[in-house]
Amino acid sequence: MKDANKKQSRFNSKKELTAWALMAPALFFMLIFTVYPIFRSCYLSLTKYQLGMAEPEFIGLKNYVTLFKNPLFYKIMKNTIVFGLMTVIPSMASGLGLALLVNRKTKGVGFMRTAYFYPVVMPMIAVASVWMFIYMAKNGLFDQLLITFGLKPMNVLSNKKTVLPAMAVMYVWKEAGYLMIFFLSGLQNISEDVMEAATLDGAKPFTLFRKIILPLLGPTFLFVSTIAFTNCFKLVDHVVIMTEGAPNNASTMLLYYIYQQGFTNFNYGLSSALTVIMLALLLVVSLPRFISQDKKIHYN
Amino acid sequence: MDVKKIKNGLLTFISIMIGILWLTPLVWLIGTAFSEPSFRMSFFPNTRFTFQNIKYVWNAIPFAQYYINTLTIVAVTFCIQFVTSTLAAYALAVLDFRGKTLVFAVIFMQIIIPNDVLITPNFMTLSELGLVDTKIGIMLPFLGSALAIFLLRQVFKGIPRALSEAAMIDGASIWQTIWRVYMPCAKSAYVSFAVISVSYHWNNYLWPLIVTNSPQNRTLTVGLAIFAKSKEANMQWANVCAATFIIILPLLIAFFIMQKQFMNSFVSAGIKE
Repeated sequence: MKDANKKQSRFNSKKELTAWALMAPALFFMLIFTVYPIFRSCYLSLTKYQLGMAEPEFIGLKNYVTLFKNPLFYKIMKNTIVFGLMTVIPSMASGLGLALLVNRKTKGVGFMRTAYFYPVVMPMIAVASVWMFIYMAKNGLFDQLLITFGLKPMNVLSNKKTVLPAMAVMYVWKEAGYLMIFFLSGLQNISEDVMEAATLDGAKPFTLFRKIILPLLGPTFLFVSTIAFTNCFKLVDHVVIMTEGAPNNASTMLLYYIYQQGFTNFNYGLSSALTVIMLALLLVVSLPRFISQDKKIHYN
Repeated sequence: MDVKKIKNGLLTFISIMIGILWLTPLVWLIGTAFSEPSFRMSFFPNTRFTFQNIKYVWNAIPFAQYYINTLTIVAVTFCIQFVTSTLAAYALAVLDFRGKTLVFAVIFMQIIIPNDVLITPNFMTLSELGLVDTKIGIMLPFLGSALAIFLLRQVFKGIPRALSEAAMIDGASIWQTIWRVYMPCAKSAYVSFAVISVSYHWNNYLWPLIVTNSPQNRTLTVGLAIFAKSKEANMQWANVCAATFIIILPLLIAFFIMQKQFMNSFVSAGIKE
């Protein structure tokens, strides 16, 4: 019956027209601002196209060669990936930790969730403006804390060794609450019967965590990692506010470099090549998403 | 039994300590915004309470204009997304048509590759359309939202087709069916998406920064960044905190009032497949 209906509707051209008409407005914007720019970046990455040129000029892979020969490019890729790992792993770990803390039936849990989550709804621009003062040389709260304990002020944002970790601490503070809610919803999906049975069998909390909670949270881990990496790669507001890539490009990220090449140097060809590399990076970190989908089907 | 109680108490203690740690930057921000400017930064406010900083930055920066701009962008973007995604979600959930797979591929593309990274090609498109430094230019890339379509389609699919077929037989048009049958069932999905969309566009920075170059079109975030990076803000933490306070206040209040709704929305938006 259902199949017959399907067949009928498949060849019902009026219905199809309706469907496409309904689809059209949303599709129009998605085609122009998501699909087209992807292909356009791929094409422009193969061209020389700078300020003052009327038309892009095809130059093959030269933009990529330029990039791959430039040590700065490797530095930026390293920054991007190192910062990604520095933020994603700790924020996932703290997200899970916070989720375990608030997944209890105690008083004050509502307050705790609110306290952990509120940085998520603050704009990164505001967060970075505030943290810049926390990290400010000598006068900043962090350096004053060091001085109080008899240590030397560090001026963390001006030191190429500490600038990324300092930004990462701020980032984890902002992101942990966001990841917490996914782990929380994962934890709440674990049936109480399983937990009770294991507890009755004498499983210790740590065994319970390692043998039951962690494996059952597997799919959650996969998609949370995708979300966390994607978020991290697409957000560079703090770089604009705090350092503009300083000192000596120690805090320049890929998207910030795309922005610099495109909107400060007006080198659209190079900026497009960098965009293509960004797209590749996003595809790689999205792989877990496909795996987790397979898993879900498997569990069902 | 007692051991368990102690353990529980210990965990509560730890989580409260972390909560206090997490709140520290906000407390400092608010305390500083309402203290008199000083040469030494201090954690606890040690001057009189004052509205001077707020007053000063409100007059030094065209915040009223920025507020209107951000509000306009947030509201118009959401309204258009509301319409486009409702129609698209209905088509995908209820109707059969050739090329559906292709449409899904496009939607998936936007989920994997957020518009935030396509700044260079999208800016070119915008300047070819002559829409640089306009509010509509800031909104355009977001008017077809894969996320909204996904959220709504999920709900629409759960509504039995018999219901819409019955409405159709009673002579309801497709619009009436969507309006009377589908939209009321998806209220919570709409609220979820509203929360996500509003917080995203309220907080977005890089794209509005690129698109705008006049105060008539700048958003709050762009205005704050210009102020925070200006020479007169250098070392003036009281003023920067006041400016920051002005731009985060509405969203933060909304969050503190409806924190459950906010968290549920963010969860449902994350788990979109």
